[in-house]
Amino acid sequence: VSLVTEPTARQAESFRVTRSQRNVAWTGAVALIVVVVLAFFPYIVYSGTTAIMVQGFIVLTLASMWNLLAGYAGLVSVGQQAFVGLGAYFVLILALHGLSPFAALPVAAVASGIAALPLWWLVSRLRSGYFAIATWVLAATIMLVIEKFPSIGGGTGLPLPGFAGMAPTLLTAYTYWAGLAVTVLALIGIYLLLRGRLGLVLTAVRDDEVAARSSGARVGLARLLVFVVAGVGCGAAGGVLAISQLQVQPSAVFSVQWTAEMAFAVIIGGLGTIEGPIIGTVVYMVLQQTLASYNAWYLIILGLVAIIVALFARRGLWGLIDERVNIRLFPVGFWLRTGDAANRRAKDARNG
Amino acid sequence: VAWVNAIIQGVLTGGLYALFACGLSLMFGVMKVVNLAHGDLAVVAGYIAIGIIAVTHVPVLWSFVIVVPIMALLGYVLQRTVLQTALDRSVLTTLLVTFGLSVVIENGLLQFFTANSRGIGASLSLVTGAFTIGSQISIAYLLLLIFAVAVAVLLGLQYFLSRSKYGRLIRAVADDKEAAQLAGADYRHVFGIAAAVAFATVALGGIAFGMYSDLDPTTGTDTILLFAFAAVVIGGLGSLWGTLVGGVVLGVAQQIGAQINISDELLAGYIVFLVVLVLRPQGLISRGVQS
Repeated sequence: VSLVTEPTARQAESFRVTRSQRNVAWTGAVALIVVVVLAFFPYIVYSGTTAIMVQGFIVLTLASMWNLLAGYAGLVSVGQQAFVGLGAYFVLILALHGLSPFAALPVAAVASGIAALPLWWLVSRLRSGYFAIATWVLAATIMLVIEKFPSIGGGTGLPLPGFAGMAPTLLTAYTYWAGLAVTVLALIGIYLLLRGRLGLVLTAVRDDEVAARSSGARVGLARLLVFVVAGVGCGAAGGVLAISQLQVQPSAVFSVQWTAEMAFAVIIGGLGTIEGPIIGTVVYMVLQQTLASYNAWYLIILGLVAIIVALFARRGLWGLIDERVNIRLFPVGFWLRTGDAANRRAKDARNG
Repeated sequence: VAWVNAIIQGVLTGGLYALFACGLSLMFGVMKVVNLAHGDLAVVAGYIAIGIIAVTHVPVLWSFVIVVPIMALLGYVLQRTVLQTALDRSVLTTLLVTFGLSVVIENGLLQFFTANSRGIGASLSLVTGAFTIGSQISIAYLLLLIFAVAVAVLLGLQYFLSRSKYGRLIRAVADDKEAAQLAGADYRHVFGIAAAVAFATVALGGIAFGMYSDLDPTTGTDTILLFAFAAVVIGGLGSLWGTLVGGVVLGVAQQIGAQINISDELLAGYIVFLVVLVLRPQGLISRGVQS
C-alpha cells in the first residue's frame, strides 16, 4: 500500500534536486586556470612575492581546516597549533635522517593525521568550550614533551637540513609549489568530503544533532574523521612552514597565534562555507602586509573585526556577497528547483 | 623531607589555582559560557593594580579594594553587552568572541606595556617573607595568605549561592532561565551579576598571581587559563569545592614534577590532568553545589 497520495506524488514530479544553479564545470574550469596561473608565478614574480604567497598558502590551508572543524563539525579547537608543530617536527626528524624535506612533507602530513587519533581519544570526552581549552592544553603538553629531546633541538630548535647544494632560486620555487600543492589538495579534499556522505551527516548534525543521531547518523565517527583530516591538513601546513622558514623552533611552531590566525580568517571570511576561508585569507594577508611594521596591531585589528563579524554578520564577508548574488563556487549543498525546465523534463520522462 | 616540602608547597599553590578556577567554573555553571579570555582578564586586573599602586600609593595589599569593584563592573558590562549578544546567537559564537577577546587583550597588553614581566609589591616583606619548620621546610607568608583567601572566597561563594537572594536567583536561572524569566527574574541582569562575581574572583586571582610571581602579557593564557581549566577538569566540572581539590592536585603534581626535574614542573601537572581526563572524566568530585 502506497502512503503517498496521488496529488502529492504528482506535485513532486515538478521538483528537481540539483547541486547548483549554475554548471559546476564552469567554476571547475576557472579554478583550474587560476591554479595553472599561480603555478607559473615563480617564473614571473620576485622571490619576495612568492615568500608572501607561501605564507598565504599556509594560512589558507589552516583556515580551511579550521573551518571544517568549527564551521561544519562544530568543534572549536584552539589547539590546532599542535598539528602545525607536529608537521614541522616530523619534517625535521625525517630530514635529520637524510630524507629530502620535500619528500618528507607528505609523510609528515600522514603522520600528523595518525597522531590525531590518540589526541581525539583524549579530548573527545569534553564538549564545546572545555573541548576548546583541552586542545590548547594538549598543544602545550606536546610542546613540552618535544622540548625534552635534545636530539631534535630541545627548547631552542634546529635549522632544517637537507637543502645543501640546492640553488636558492630553485629552493624558493620548490617551496612555493609545495605550498600551492598542499593548499590545492586541501581544498579539493575538503570539497569532495563535504559533497559526500560526511557532508550530509555534518549538515544534519549542525541542524539538529538529536534528530541526526536518531536517524542513524554516526556523529562520533564523523567528528573523528574531521579531526583526523584537520590533523593531516594542519600537519602539511606545518611542514610547509618548516621548509619556508628553514628552521624549526618549538615556541614558534606551537604558538597559539596560528590558531588565532586561522580562526580570524575563517570568521571574517565566513564560517561554514568553503569560499569563506579563501576570502578571509586574502583579507588577513592584506591587513598583515599593510600593518607589518606595527608589530601586534594586525592581530588586534583582525581580532576586533572577527568579534564584530561573529556578533553581527555571522556568515562573514562571503555571506554578505552570497546574499546579493547567490552563487556557490564550491557547491556542496542541494538546490530544490521548480519551474518550467523541471516540469518539461518531468513531462518528457512521463511521455518517453 | 624534600618531598614533604614539595607536597606542602603544592597544596598551597593549589589555593592560587582554585582562585583562578572558580570564576571559570561559575561562568560555565551559570551561563554555559567558557570564557577563553579568563586568564587575560586576570592579567588586566593585575596591570590595573600595578597602575593604581604606582599612582595613588595605596598599600599593595589594599589595592584589591579598588581593583575588585572595577573588574566586577567590567564583568557586568561585558556580560550585558558582548557576551549576552554572543549567547543570543549560539554557544559557538561565545567561544569565537571570547577567543577573539583573548587575542586582542594579549596583543593589546603587548603593544602598550611591552613584553616585560612585572610583579606586584616585590619589595614587600610579606611577599618575600617566610617562616621555617625544621631546617628544610619553608612556608611563604604570601602563599599561606593566598590559600586562606581562596578558601574564604569559596566559602563566600557557597554562602552567596545558597543563602543570598541573588544567589538563589543565579541558581534558578542556571537551572532553567526561561522558567526563571516567567517567574519574574530578568535572566540577563542575573547573568550580569554572576559575571560580576566571577570577574571579582578573576581580579583577586590576577593580583595574587602578580604578587606570587610575575605578570606578562602571555601569562593570561600560558598559565592562568590553562591551569584554571586543568583545576576545573581535575576537580570536576561544575563543582565549586572541586576547583580547590583540582587546584591542590595540580599544584602538588607540579611541585613533585619540579622535585624530580626542575624543567618537568608544567609537564607533570598536565600529565596528571590527562590521566584524570582518561580515568575519571567527570572529575574527582563529581557532584557539587552547582551540579
